[in-house]
Amino acid sequence: MNNADIAWMLVSTALVLLMTPALAFFYGGLVRSKNALNTMMMSFIALGPVAVVWALLGYSLAFAPGGPAIGSLAFAGLRGVGLEAQGTIPHLLFMCFQGTFAIITPALISGAVAERMRFNAYLAFITAWVLVVYAPVAHWVWGGGFLASMGALDFAGGAVVHVNAASAALVAALVVGPRKDYGRHAILPHNVPFVMLGAGLLWFGWFGFNAGSALSAGTTASLAFANTLLAPAATLASWTLIDLVRGGRVTAVGAATAIVVGLVVVTPAAGYISPMSAIAMGAIGAFPSYFALIYRAKTKLDDSLDVVAAHGLGGATGAILTGVFAEAAWSGGANGLLGGNPGQVLTQLASVVIVLAYSGGMTFALLKALALVMPLRIGDRHEGLGLDVTDHGEEAYTHGDGAILVKPKESSLARSAVDVVAVHGGGAL
Amino acid sequence: MKLIVAIVRPEKLSDVLEALFHADVRGLTISRVQGHGGEIEHVENYRGTSVKMALAEKVRIEIGVSNHFVQPTIAILLSAARTGEVGDGKIMVLPIEKIYRIRTGESDQDAVTPVHADSNQSL
Repeated sequence: MNNADIAWMLVSTALVLLMTPALAFFYGGLVRSKNALNTMMMSFIALGPVAVVWALLGYSLAFAPGGPAIGSLAFAGLRGVGLEAQGTIPHLLFMCFQGTFAIITPALISGAVAERMRFNAYLAFITAWVLVVYAPVAHWVWGGGFLASMGALDFAGGAVVHVNAASAALVAALVVGPRKDYGRHAILPHNVPFVMLGAGLLWFGWFGFNAGSALSAGTTASLAFANTLLAPAATLASWTLIDLVRGGRVTAVGAATAIVVGLVVVTPAAGYISPMSAIAMGAIGAFPSYFALIYRAKTKLDDSLDVVAAHGLGGATGAILTGVFAEAAWSGGANGLLGGNPGQVLTQLASVVIVLAYSGGMTFALLKALALVMPLRIGDRHEGLGLDVTDHGEEAYTHGDGAILVKPKESSLARSAVDVVAVHGGGAL
Repeated sequence: MKLIVAIVRPEKLSDVLEALFHADVRGLTISRVQGHGGEIEHVENYRGTSVKMALAEKVRIEIGVSNHFVQPTIAILLSAARTGEVGDGKIMVLPIEKIYRIRTGESDQDAVTPVHADSNQSL
């Protein structure tokens, strides 16, 4: 084991963990104020149950020695996952690092169902999803599964995290259905500074996501770090130029979105491409997402926070361009089209399609099964009130005006009545 | 001339504005208010503190209209602001002594007849 590597991976793991609260701010700022807490909680809550099932079962399904499709139960309950070396770091630390990826991936899906999915149903969904969808896909690429054998390149999770989450997001948006106001009223972000704060913290955490995926503190981490700086910078520059050329103004929400798109695009390529290629990839990567965002808003698809446009198209573009720009001189082995290996582009494309199909299909089955035992979305009246009050019994921005303290005796009644109690006699106050 | 004051649900405001503008009722003022009516109250919990929220968020709309606009405006409010649940709000109609349009000094009927910025002045 190597103490420098251990130190870097400890820091990286904490950085990636910070991305989930960062995502909460990014998403939370984009919704209406009546759903601010609910939307932030959809990301935040993944830190609990998802992390627990990851330790109990998910890690084993993804990383225990098994077949081409899935791991095994050898590491279930963290059996045999201790302080012995896994590469140059303790096995336990590797499990934690991978756990932070497992946490943020289902949280990404929440952007497609924000402002109308019942919180209980969402909770059940992401907890099952991380075992049924995320763990096998992670195994295919990083756990010695068949995509790794095919030679697919996915440095930090372009397909495993982003295409995977976006495919689930597309299906979830269709199954849960659009918000009742979608397409009828303007639905605007309630706190754009939150969106920018979230984007900034995501970028910060992403240095752990990408450079940490080197699993060591060496040259590969440095390359991935540089590319994680340069690619989003190029996407942001490119996005700004498109805005200006189209005669528009440079927007804050656009800039925050561009940073996330750039980060997604470089994720699969971070440790495989030259820094100049990262700039090229970032710049090219702006285009599909930019126009998909504009087009999506004109369709009936209420992918509320554009998970498909940002993570799906960004992830797919990144995965495919990894097959173009990968160079042995930088990657230490893998070559793409520019390195004289055009076949890599097809391998990358195949990996995207396979992940897309599996994640979409399984997500559909999971949601339909869940719908048999619980409603997936809240009623129209509750949707009008907002999920902060109906599903959480809290408000993001309350002044406390008119709040009447419920005495201990009544409070047991209040909790049993879930979210509302009728006031007897109407005007008794 | 009447002053129509409507207290409506915030989530119905877009529907109400759309319907009013469609009927060419274009002069109005809104304010965010809190009120108490007959609706059920939400219980909120913050750590150990449980509270009943006795005031609900509402939007107050004020519209000064000439006499022949009173009934159409009320009809629009009644349909566009309605959900059928307790808490849909109230409409109050008040007499007005005088109305002035500040820009021109016009009064009464002339002052509440809509003008469009683009029809009588260049931008």
